[in-house]
Amino acid sequence: MNPLLRTATYALSADGLGARYAGQTSSAPALHDVSLHVAPGERVLLLGPNGAGKSTLLRVFAGLMRATTGQASIHGLPIRQARRLVGVVGHTTYLYDELTARENLQFYGDLYSVDGLRSRVEEMLERVGLRGLGDVPVARMSRGQQQRVSIARAILHDPKVLLLDEPETGLDLAAFGLLEELACEGDRSVLLTTHNVAAGLRLGSRVVVLDCGRIAYQQDTVSLDDGHALAARLHSLAATVAEAAAA
Amino acid sequence: MNPYLRHLRALLWKEFLVEARSRESVMAGAVFALLVLVVFNFALDLHTDNAAAVAPGVLWVTVTFAGVLSLGRAFAREPDRKTLDGVLLAPVDRSALYLAKVTATVAAMFAVEVVALPAFVALFGLSVDLPRITLALLLGTIGFAGVGTLCAAMAAHARAREVMLPLILFPLQVPVVLATVKSTAAAIRVPGAEVVETSNWTGLLIAFSVLFLGLSLVLFDHAIEEA
Repeated sequence: MNPLLRTATYALSADGLGARYAGQTSSAPALHDVSLHVAPGERVLLLGPNGAGKSTLLRVFAGLMRATTGQASIHGLPIRQARRLVGVVGHTTYLYDELTARENLQFYGDLYSVDGLRSRVEEMLERVGLRGLGDVPVARMSRGQQQRVSIARAILHDPKVLLLDEPETGLDLAAFGLLEELACEGDRSVLLTTHNVAAGLRLGSRVVVLDCGRIAYQQDTVSLDDGHALAARLHSLAATVAEAAAA
Repeated sequence: MNPYLRHLRALLWKEFLVEARSRESVMAGAVFALLVLVVFNFALDLHTDNAAAVAPGVLWVTVTFAGVLSLGRAFAREPDRKTLDGVLLAPVDRSALYLAKVTATVAAMFAVEVVALPAFVALFGLSVDLPRITLALLLGTIGFAGVGTLCAAMAAHARAREVMLPLILFPLQVPVVLATVKSTAAAIRVPGAEVVETSNWTGLLIAFSVLFLGLSLVLFDHAIEEA
């Protein structure tokens, strides 16, 4: 194991992170001075209104977007060197329509240099309940089945960190339960954004609320019982933001 | 197997499998090339005194236009379905991605040329020195695909990428196209006309292709990463 990985305190770490999309004004960056630390095995739920910067933060951690300021690392490694440690499930599946589910998994497995790929692909197809559909082109699958293949793709290389960006797209309750089960395996760390707050609260052990690219609020150890308190806090936050915008 | 070679093999396998099943690049390029040749056949009246000068240009206008179409399709489908993000998430050296894209584009363009060349010879009543024209087409296609893949990657995130690609690509392609047209001229036999000596142009074409491939290989990493 890489010594840096063994000694790293945090699975995910962001310090003073800023990010901006091309053409975006400097007064309203997508992320501004975001500092967030996620311990190994911790599962963090990111909440916030549209445009708050949730997906942008996940894109920076996934290495799909460069931070303009600050630093981000995964298990102590710079993002670009930590790609092997990360799995991503988004609302897009990253699958090739022309290829079958099995071919897609074999392709991505090769890119992640997965050992014993053939048996691992079969194991993952079995786990996501698509063993019988392995040879069906992805284009002919339902959206939910495609998302199951996407989950298998993200878990195939047994990542230490899972980034979930509205992964519930197309998933039924059983499939979301499967995702929760896979996300909680081992000491896997999870950073999750979702519109399904109830499911998110079930999965997440900490809630972080982003607003206008900044961390507006965070609370540890949230359970479904805390849902009402959290909802009230979010409501008050939304009201404050609306007042600020009106002013 | 070396991880780099494993990644390259996987990327090539994916490129060829996707193209074999969709047939978007080759079919569109081949049909377009045949249509352009037919239009040129009606528009131009080739004689012994102008055929050697005009015919190579006709062939390369056809090949480059069809090439842009193939290149656009091959790259456009990736951002459309976000599959490029899927590949960029993986710990893959970006040069492997570039080499796979260039190889797939060269193969697709060469398949189009295999269809276009006999049509070109038949429509314009020319004869060609097959080994020389094959060499000119191959070198020109490698040079074109080398820069074209870089430009397609740069245009991939642009909103009007169909417009952006030729606008970026054609000015950069001038040296390659010029050298290729001159090299192709030596391979076209027009009855009664002198054979043009163009060994210098072929050397220049090789130099341009190697230079552009090398530069593109270095710059691809920056071109493909968003923001």
